[in-house]
Amino acid sequence: MIETEQLTKKYGDLVAVKDLSFKVEEGKIWGLLGPNAAGKTTTMRILTGYLPATAGRASVAGYDVFEQAEAVKQSIGYLPENVPLYPEMTVDSYLGFVAEIKKVPGPKKKEAVNRAVEITGLSSVRRRLIKNISRGFKQRLGIAQALIHNPKVIILDEPTIGLDPAQIVEIRQLIKSFKGEHTVMLSTHILAEVKEVCDGVVIINEGKLMASGSLDELAQSFSQNDGIFLRLDRTDSGIRDLFKQLPGIKKVEVEGSEIRLEWPWGQNLRTPIIKTCLDNNLEIKEMRSVAMNIEELYLRIVSGGMEQ
Amino acid sequence: MKALWSITKKELLSYFTSPIAYVVIAVFTLLSGFFFYSLISWFNMVAIQILQNPYYYQQVNINQMVFAPLFNNLSIVLLLMLPVISMRLFSEEKKMGTEELLLTSPISVTQIILGKYLASLIVLLAMLVLSAIPTILTFIYGNPEPLPYFLGYLGLFLLGAAFLGLGVFWSALTENQIVSAVLTFGTLLLFWVLSWAAYSAQGLWQDVLSYLSFFEHFDNMTRGVLDTSDLSYYLSFAFFGLFLTHSVIQFRRWR
Repeated sequence: MIETEQLTKKYGDLVAVKDLSFKVEEGKIWGLLGPNAAGKTTTMRILTGYLPATAGRASVAGYDVFEQAEAVKQSIGYLPENVPLYPEMTVDSYLGFVAEIKKVPGPKKKEAVNRAVEITGLSSVRRRLIKNISRGFKQRLGIAQALIHNPKVIILDEPTIGLDPAQIVEIRQLIKSFKGEHTVMLSTHILAEVKEVCDGVVIINEGKLMASGSLDELAQSFSQNDGIFLRLDRTDSGIRDLFKQLPGIKKVEVEGSEIRLEWPWGQNLRTPIIKTCLDNNLEIKEMRSVAMNIEELYLRIVSGGMEQ
Repeated sequence: MKALWSITKKELLSYFTSPIAYVVIAVFTLLSGFFFYSLISWFNMVAIQILQNPYYYQQVNINQMVFAPLFNNLSIVLLLMLPVISMRLFSEEKKMGTEELLLTSPISVTQIILGKYLASLIVLLAMLVLSAIPTILTFIYGNPEPLPYFLGYLGLFLLGAAFLGLGVFWSALTENQIVSAVLTFGTLLLFWVLSWAAYSAQGLWQDVLSYLSFFEHFDNMTRGVLDTSDLSYYLSFAFFGLFLTHSVIQFRRWR
């Protein structure tokens, strides 16, 4: 649905994006992750047709961004980093205006506005001037604006920046609800957001691609084993041997009150492990995945230069 | 075409929800009324004195004595006030970040520019129509020649359209509205004083300079002469301003 090939953008001598190639599948939510000034906004601006690339190709919804700019713009909804609002307009008249410039046919305009208002929960402020609504509502309005023409692809540049925790949760829920119906690409440097919302990520640093793929794929490529942490009601040396006997287990380690169990990717030893516990009258207090957490993954990719 | 009109409506809404349009229209109408009142009072006084001498009777002409100087005065007022109308057109979009919304929408840059320009022309039209209300009364109480009168207003409109074309261009170059207004105002003044330079220039230069000056062309129209070269001068001036605006917006993105 979104595809780039060797995409490069230079501002004079400064290279903002260099040979960036990635692919986002239809109906998925994909994160564009990277530190500040990594080239996230530039990449999004190229995809939306706001900026032309210096070299390379990009296509959105099957249209070439450079050759078929108008078709691309028609199939994209875009929320820039600075939410583009006209303070002197009301919420309703603003959405009506956006519907018109996004070429929503006249008779369907009202319906499109109502739909966007409903999805983003703006009905309580519809008739208010934009300058008088809160930051959270402004952000929602920015998303409503991106949705208005029911685009196939939605591109959101830092959609939760500057919001309070409750608003962040709401906006994330909203974005998650787009899954399946729209293909979403959102940029962020908040790792928890990626983990919660996204199916996969493109990680860039200094304009270069560091890694891309689904979160599971990335975790697999950076650690050899799958595994779990287990906390039981008792830990003694006998327990260690108990798990070691399980077929397929590669590593058993006791770390404080927790036991770390690992096995190669592709197998699933969770059920046999639980069975062993039950058979031996061990009470499971806690059990969680050992797969590399996203912070760890991100730091290794961005700082370690582990290019794929 | 529909998208163009959407842009125009949006711009008109911004003009009339902020005080800008009201203030500009009110001040322009006030000044116009004042000039008209002074000129018509003076005309009355002179007319009464002159009418006692039949020899001068033919020379009492309201078009030349009232409307020609009125239009000249108004042309200067337009020069001072129209930069305020054009200054926000693109500067504000850039400052607010809304330019990104417009340029990522499936409408062309030409439509955006024309939509905005059209809105500024409508404000100009409102200024001229409202200021013309008192002057139209002279047709009830006197008998001015209609042609120079209407050509005078057409001239003011064309002159204003050229001013706005240049203003849109400067507005596209900066995100600061004051800078945009000052640059527009400065350039307009320069084009005005070109006619002064024309007086002292020689040969071809004199022709070129006086052709370029706004007001040489305007004088013809207030005298009731519609020359295609004057018309094409204003229209090409406005077109050139809009063309440069288009180039500036495209160039900034391709840089």
